[in-house]
Formats: sequence, structure tokens, C-alpha cells
Amino acid sequence: MGLGGTLLLLIAVMPFAGALLPGLMIRAGRNVCAISTAVPTFLALTMLVVLAPSVMQGNVVQAQIEWLPQLGLSASFFLDGLGLLFAGMILGVGLLITLYARFYLSGEDPMGQFYTYLLLFQGAMLGIVLSDNILLLLIFWELTSLSSFLLIGFWKHLPEGRQGARMALAVTGAGGLAMIGGMLILGNIVGSYNLTDILAAGDQIRASEWYLPALILILLGAFTKSAQFPFHFWLPHAMAAPTPVSAYLHSATMVKAGVFLLARMWPALAGTDAWFYIVSTTGLVTMVLGALIALFKDDLKALLAFSTVSHLGLLTMLLGFGTQAAAVAAVFHIINHLTFKAALFMTAGIVDHETHTRDIKRLGGLRHLMPITFLIGTAAALSMAGIPLFNGFLSKELMLEEASHTDWFGSAYAVPVMATIGALLSVAYSLRFISHVFLGPVRDDYPHKPHDPPFGMWAAPALLVAMVVIIGVAPFLAEGIVTAAANAVTGADLHPHLKIWHGFTPALWMSVIAVAGGIILLLLHKPLDKLWIAAPRPEAKAIFDRLIAGLVAASRAITEIGHNGAISRYLAIFTASSVALGWVAYSSSGLSAPTRELLPISPVIFVGWIMLIVATVSVVTMHHHRFRALVLIGIIGLSISAGFAYLSAPDLALTQISVETVTIMLLLLALHFMPKITPKESSAGLKLRDGVIALGAGGGVAALAYAFLMRDIETISDYHLANSYEGGGGTNVVNVILVDFRGYDTFGEIIVLGIAGLVIYAIMHALLDGPASRRLKNTDYSYDRSRDRHPMMMVVATRVMMPIAIVVGAYIFLRGHNQPGGGFVAGLVIAIALLMQYMASGFAWTQERQRMEYHTMIGLGVVIAGLTGVGSWLFGRPFLTSDFTYIHLPPIEEFEVATAMLFDLGVFLTVLGGVMLMLYSLSRIARFAGETVNVEPMDYDPADRVPDEEER
Amino acid sequence: MEIIVASSIGVLTAGGVYLLLRLRTFPVILGLALLSYAVNVFLFASGRLATNLPPVLSPYGDASYTDPLPQALVLTAIVISFGMTAVLVMIGLGAFLEADSDRIDMEPEQDGADAANEGSA
Repeated sequence: MGLGGTLLLLIAVMPFAGALLPGLMIRAGRNVCAISTAVPTFLALTMLVVLAPSVMQGNVVQAQIEWLPQLGLSASFFLDGLGLLFAGMILGVGLLITLYARFYLSGEDPMGQFYTYLLLFQGAMLGIVLSDNILLLLIFWELTSLSSFLLIGFWKHLPEGRQGARMALAVTGAGGLAMIGGMLILGNIVGSYNLTDILAAGDQIRASEWYLPALILILLGAFTKSAQFPFHFWLPHAMAAPTPVSAYLHSATMVKAGVFLLARMWPALAGTDAWFYIVSTTGLVTMVLGALIALFKDDLKALLAFSTVSHLGLLTMLLGFGTQAAAVAAVFHIINHLTFKAALFMTAGIVDHETHTRDIKRLGGLRHLMPITFLIGTAAALSMAGIPLFNGFLSKELMLEEASHTDWFGSAYAVPVMATIGALLSVAYSLRFISHVFLGPVRDDYPHKPHDPPFGMWAAPALLVAMVVIIGVAPFLAEGIVTAAANAVTGADLHPHLKIWHGFTPALWMSVIAVAGGIILLLLHKPLDKLWIAAPRPEAKAIFDRLIAGLVAASRAITEIGHNGAISRYLAIFTASSVALGWVAYSSSGLSAPTRELLPISPVIFVGWIMLIVATVSVVTMHHHRFRALVLIGIIGLSISAGFAYLSAPDLALTQISVETVTIMLLLLALHFMPKITPKESSAGLKLRDGVIALGAGGGVAALAYAFLMRDIETISDYHLANSYEGGGGTNVVNVILVDFRGYDTFGEIIVLGIAGLVIYAIMHALLDGPASRRLKNTDYSYDRSRDRHPMMMVVATRVMMPIAIVVGAYIFLRGHNQPGGGFVAGLVIAIALLMQYMASGFAWTQERQRMEYHTMIGLGVVIAGLTGVGSWLFGRPFLTSDFTYIHLPPIEEFEVATAMLFDLGVFLTVLGGVMLMLYSLSRIARFAGETVNVEPMDYDPADRVPDEEER
Repeated sequence: MEIIVASSIGVLTAGGVYLLLRLRTFPVILGLALLSYAVNVFLFASGRLATNLPPVLSPYGDASYTDPLPQALVLTAIVISFGMTAVLVMIGLGAFLEADSDRIDMEPEQDGADAANEGSA
């Protein structure tokens, strides 16, 4: 990668890394905050300057870090002439804006936030211009939309700010979405997402039948970002932002991103008729329309916004021409527009700051009161008008020159005439900016008495204006960077010469007409303005709002059809469509012949099957009696567990039977607080509908199961069977898979179970704090409470059972690795043993004797399992590699100790803790419901009985 | 044997789906329980059926075994579906206690016969 590559990566990272600083530094004061913003920008700019000489000679600096190579996504950056130009603009203007904003923002504005957003935005912009991977570029593209949303809506208290930010996000976001599609198509055509590869494959792309869709989608992205007609309307509304933001986003950076993309994609996409007509026509229309509207805007920033729209149109049109000379003109104008427009925005900001108004009709005569601002504003505006000796003139001449010999649908005049009109309007609004704001008599009704701002505020625009004049007088100074950037755009080796005097070319005459016409138009401004106000015009914002309202209504209507709050409805839709899809899949491809024989049916299993069917049908028909249904569910679970045992799955049988027990207990506990009867409220029609869906689903699943049961498959289990003993040290392959081969899955699963337990605990607490607790207290549950709740027989029996159950659990745990059993089952068995104590002697009595919190148990289990996995790292093995050995303790047989057993211990603890926490939570609710607390193990203890008189 | 397993899965699914489409939490939870049985057996059956061939390695040389992998998957599935049922029960219970109604729909389906039925019940 080399030193250059490292520097490039640092440049790309710098703004993001620095973004945190201002947010923290604001505590140290506003100056420190501004400086901490400037430092990362300045560092990045310095590094860019270091790289610049080599790039100017035509070298390309590259840096790459593999990120997701499977998706073709890598964090790769490159710096060529175009990237250098834009990165320089972004960082340079960024620095100036930082300075300007320090003086512009008032004490009430959260400055730390502002600078953080600004740096985020700067980083996103830099990412766009430096990305060498279009997927990465897309990510940065979206990041600019998001960060500009934050900046535009920075003044959250202003409704215009919020609406403008929303509109900008909606329009540019939608365009970005289209662009993602276009970029993916492009990557598909070329077979690589690397920008360098794509730019080299221009012929292949233009020949592809997917060229047009890709082009249109990418152009949608570029046009929305660069505010091209008909998406131009968001830019003026985004002017609700603080002026530094407008100056940064809407002159130098964000809106240029679209233009940048056009320039970047130029070698890959330009050169076809489709490109020429779509891009240049859009640009032309935008240029003229933007300039026309700008002339009649009274808000200073709105005027500048529409002039930006117009100049972006000009750039788009130039790139659309697709010639090398036009590309040179475009690159040059990008620089010039940046300098004068940023200066103009800052001037507008100064005027607004000093006079407290941006309404041109309330201004005028400021040249005496604000001479410095007047000088800066006038020079910048003259450049915008395209007056000689200012840089705007040079690139405008180049543009007119290109326009003068461009054919459009066979007409030689369409483009030159329209371009001249655009230039003419541009002269008119530029001169209006000067004359209506600064010239004329001094007024005495400004909202605030104006005077020139402090040096810090006018320093930045003054510097920009200096550049305007220097380039305007000595254009050859800009030749180097223009050449480098234009070569990067076109991929050719160009040597443009920028000069002021080209002779009496058609472009010069067009310029003369434009200036003369512009002055005349300005003189006629008053009557024209009346005409303009009277004329009917479509209001973009109203149209946009109606469009959004329509879209919202439409999507709401569509959502209502399927998603109206009735869960049973969408479950029905979901099930029915799954069944239908299954049917489509089945009927569109046949079924191969069966390869397996039917296994014989044993009579016992047949009886079990009958039990299962009868129980299921009964649950469905009798589900209104909830208690009865629970008993039947128990029968079903037991039948299934028997089935597992019969079909060579002892582990499953053990797990099923213990889970069944716990589930039924849990449901019983919950049922205590719920209605015991489900009301009959479904209509016959509803029942019929559900019955049909259910039979369809059941029939389909049964057919599917039968189909695959009769056919053989390739299985990967041979590996597990072969390696279970040698690799995992156990003969119970199911357990070895759980704790070793697929240990990672198991680790995830116990975490899920633990979380389920904690969720239940949390719900319980939330319930007991809410209205539910009052309901619990006021409901009388005594009717289903037994007289002898803790019978002696049960207490004694569970006490005897307890040690036996624990021994059984330990046994199941220890044998798990080699024989059916293991942590899951052992955890459940012990849980059941403990639950029996709860049932026999009650909650409080048992709780008193509990030594360890269940939360701790869950945590301990997960930690033990995790540490076991991590432990294998210490031996340089992957996560959860197990090791084992055999131990012989004299009284017992030789037995095996494996690290997997430690993992299983984690499983055991988590399962036990999770299950117990769930049931504990339900018992807590019971206590809240007025359940009495017993401290004695049983209600009636014969040992305490005082003998009767008679017995004595 | 295959017919028995396939038909059991079918019946459990049908019962589960029917209960799932009921309007109160408790039958829905029961339906989900039935459906989990069906899914677990279905997954288990994807290893094909075999009797007396448990996947516990025999010390006596060559023996054939049934497919252990689906069993391992189903084992965790059983435990996880218990966790899921438990959370659902708690949510259902909580909803009932908070709202004094165990309906699952936000508003009753607009069905004329439905309302009439409710009146008679």
C-alpha cells in the first residue's frame, strides 16, 4: 500500500475520527471547539497537499482494506485528479466554513453539535470522492443524505428547518435508492464493484442491454442530489439551514456530489445518445429555469439557491455533451462556481446577520454602511454574472463555446440560444444582487442598523474572492489542477490552455448579448416582477406535500388490507399463502420414485398413534375448557416422547418428557389467573374458513413428510458418527454434536433460554408495577383454592424424592457424553425436583431455603460455557475445541473427563436457572394475588398436634 | 410406520393451525404448542425413521446408526420452544391482567354473525 496509501486512508478517516472532538470540546469554550474542528480538517488537508504533486503528474494513489470480499465490498480508496480537486474543495472550504461559523452561530446555538455534524458530513463527502468501490461509495452517499439532514434541520425549533430537512432527505434518499439499483446493475455487468475496473470497462457497459436501466437509475441518484429539474425544489427549502451550512452544502459539496458522480462515471457511461439527450437536456432546462426563478426571488438565500440550481444545470449540461472540451469546461467551472458561490452565501449570511433580514425589498444602499462586505459581494456577483477579469467569465466562455457548436435533435440553434438565455438571466440576477442590496440610497428602516462584521467573519469570503480575482486575471495558475481533473474524468491526455482572450468567437458575441440583455432585464425588473407575481406558477412544495400525503394514504390503505390489528387475520393470510406456495412448488415440479420401504407398524405404536390422534382432535373440539385441554396436551406430549423412544431417539424422549412436565406446570400456574373457559365467539363461517386452512396446512405438511420419508438423502452425519469418539471423546453422538461439533449453536441457544427467563422476570416486574397489580389484589381467587394446600402426604413424599431425583439428575448429567442424557435433560430433571418442593410446601417456605439466585445461575452457566470455549484458545485451538482424558478412581469404574463436560455444566446451569426463574416469576404474581405465605412445611403437621383429652 | 408419523405430523399441524386462528390468547398458546410438536417431529423425521438403531456408538464393531444430526437439532428446539411458550404465556397473562381481556386482535373482526353469536353466548 505504501506511504501514499496510508496517508490516503488517514485522510478518509480523519473527519470521522475528529467528529467526537467538538462535541466534547464545547465545554472548554467556543474558540476551543472551533479549533478542535479545524485541526482534523487541517491535518487532512496537509496530507492531501503532500500527495498532490504526484497526483498532478497523473499518478493514482491507492489504498485497500478487504472488508467483505464475499460481497465484493472492500474499503478501498483512490486519489486521482478529480478526487484531488474535490477533496481539496471539501477540506479547504470546510476549513473556511469552520472559521465563518464560529462567528456566525449565536451563543444559544449548540455549537459542539453543529461542528460534529459538520465533520460527519465532511467525512461522508470525502468518502464519496475517494471511494474506489461503488458499494462503499453508496454507503458514503447515504451518509451525506443523513448528515445533511441533521445539518439542514439544525435549528430544530423552526418548522421550515424541519420540513426542509425532511424534504431534502426524502428526495435525495429516494434518488440514492434508485442509484443503489443502478450501481448493482453496473457491478453485475462488469463483474466487479471496483470503480477502477468499472471505469475501464466502458465499452462493455455501453454494449450491455442493461445499460439504459443502469444509466437511468444512476442519473436519478445524481439528479436528485444535484437538484436537477424536476427534483430541484428541495434545494431552496433546504436554505432554512444556518448560512454556513448553506454555503458548505449547497455551493461546494453536497449538491456537487451529483455532478461529481456524473464526472466520475463519465468514462463508463458517457458517449451514447441516451447519455447526451438525457443529461444535457436536463441540464439545459435546469439552467434556464433555475436562472429565471432566481431573478424573481426576494429572499437573498433563495436567489442564491436557485442560481446554484442553474449553475448545477450548466455543469450537468456540459458533462452531458460528452466531449473532452466540455469536460474541461465543466471541471473549470466547478472550481469557479465554488469560489464565487461560497463567497456569495457567506455575504448573504453577513447581510442577514447584520441587518436581521434577507428580504431584498427591504435592503439597498448597504455599500456605505458595509463597504468591505460590498466589495466582497460585488466581486463574487460579477464573477457569477460572467464579467471579464473574474473567473466566472472564463468558464462561461468555455461553456458558450461548447454550446455554440452542439446539435440538438438536428437543430443547430436550440442549445446556443437557450444557453445564451441562461447566461442572460444569470447576468440579470447577479446584477440585481449587487444593485438591490448594496447600491441605491441608504435607507433608515433596516430592522437592525448594519455595519461591517468582525474580521473573522469576512476573512473567509475575502479569501475566496481573492481566488476569484486571481484566477480571473491569471487563469494559467489553475491550469495544473484543471488538467489533472479533466484527464481523470475523460481518461485522455489533455493539455487545455485557459486564457482570457480567444478572439472574436461566437462565444464572445453570445456573452455580449447576455450582458446587454441582462442589464436591460434588470432595468425592467419592477414591471416584470408584477407580471411574475400575477402569473400562475406550480408551487413545488404544495405538489410535493400532496404527493407525500397521497403516498402515505395509499400505503396505509394497502397496509390496512393485511395488517389491520387482527392477528388472527394475518396468521390466516400467512398460513393460506404458505400452503398455496407449497402447492405451486409441488405442481410445478414432479416427484421422483420412492426409494425406501415402509417400516412395519407395531401394535403398541398403533395404540399410541390412536391416542395421539384422539387427543389432538379432542383438544381442538374441547379447547373451550382450558383445563381439560391442558390435560390433553400432556397426553399428546407423552405419546410423542414414547414415539421418540421407539424411533431410536432416546435423548429426545428424555428431553420431551421433562420439558412436557415443566410446560404443563407453567401453563397450569398461568391458567390460575386467567379465565377457565374460552367463550364461543367464532361464527360458523369463521370456523369453516379456519378449518379449511388448518386441513390444508395439515394435509400439505403430512404429504410433504410422507414424501421425504419414502426417499433417501445424502447426510453429513457420517462424519459425526465417525469422529464422535475419536474427536469428541463420547459415544453418544447426539450429545457430542451438541457440546462439540455444533457447540457454538448450543452456546447461542442456552443464551436464548437464559434471556427468555430474564424477559419473563422483567415482564413480571413491569406487571407488578402497573394496573395489573391492582387487578390482582382486587380479584378473588379463593374459589379454586384447596382447603389443604400443602398436604402432609405430598410434603413427605417430595422430601423423600428430592435426594433421589438429584442423584438421578447427576447420573443423567455424568453419563450424558456416552449414553443418553446430558446437561439439558439433567437441568430439567433437577428443575422438576425443585418444583415439587414448591408445590408441596409452597413458595415462601422453599424460597427461604434457596441458596443461590436463579439469575446468578443463568449468568454462571453462560460464563462457564463461554470460558470453556475460550479455554481452547489458550492451546491455540479454535473456540470450543474439546479435550478429554480417562480417570480411574478406585471404588468406581474408569470414567472419562472431557472439557465438553464443563461446557455441558454451563448448559445444565443455564437450563436450570432459566426454567426456575420462569416459574419463580409466576409464583411472585401468585403472592401478589393475595396468596397466603406459609412458613411451615405443611398446613397440618401431626407432630405438632396436642393430644385430645380422651387420648390421655 | 412412515404413514403413522406423517399422519401424526399432519394432524398436529392441522390442530395447531386451527387453534392458532382462535381469538383468545390461551387457545393460541395451545395451538403454538401443538405446532411445535409437529415441527419438532417433522425435523426429527427428516433424518428418516429407524427402530433400534440409537446413535450411541456400540463397542462391538460395525453397527449401523440412525442419523444423529436432526436429533441434536430437535433436542435444542424442544428446549427453545419451551422458552418461547413460557415467554408467550407471560405476555398473554400480562395482557389479560392489564387489559382485562384476553383477545388477541386489536379490534374484533367485523362479522355480523360474529356479533350475534357473542350475544347468544
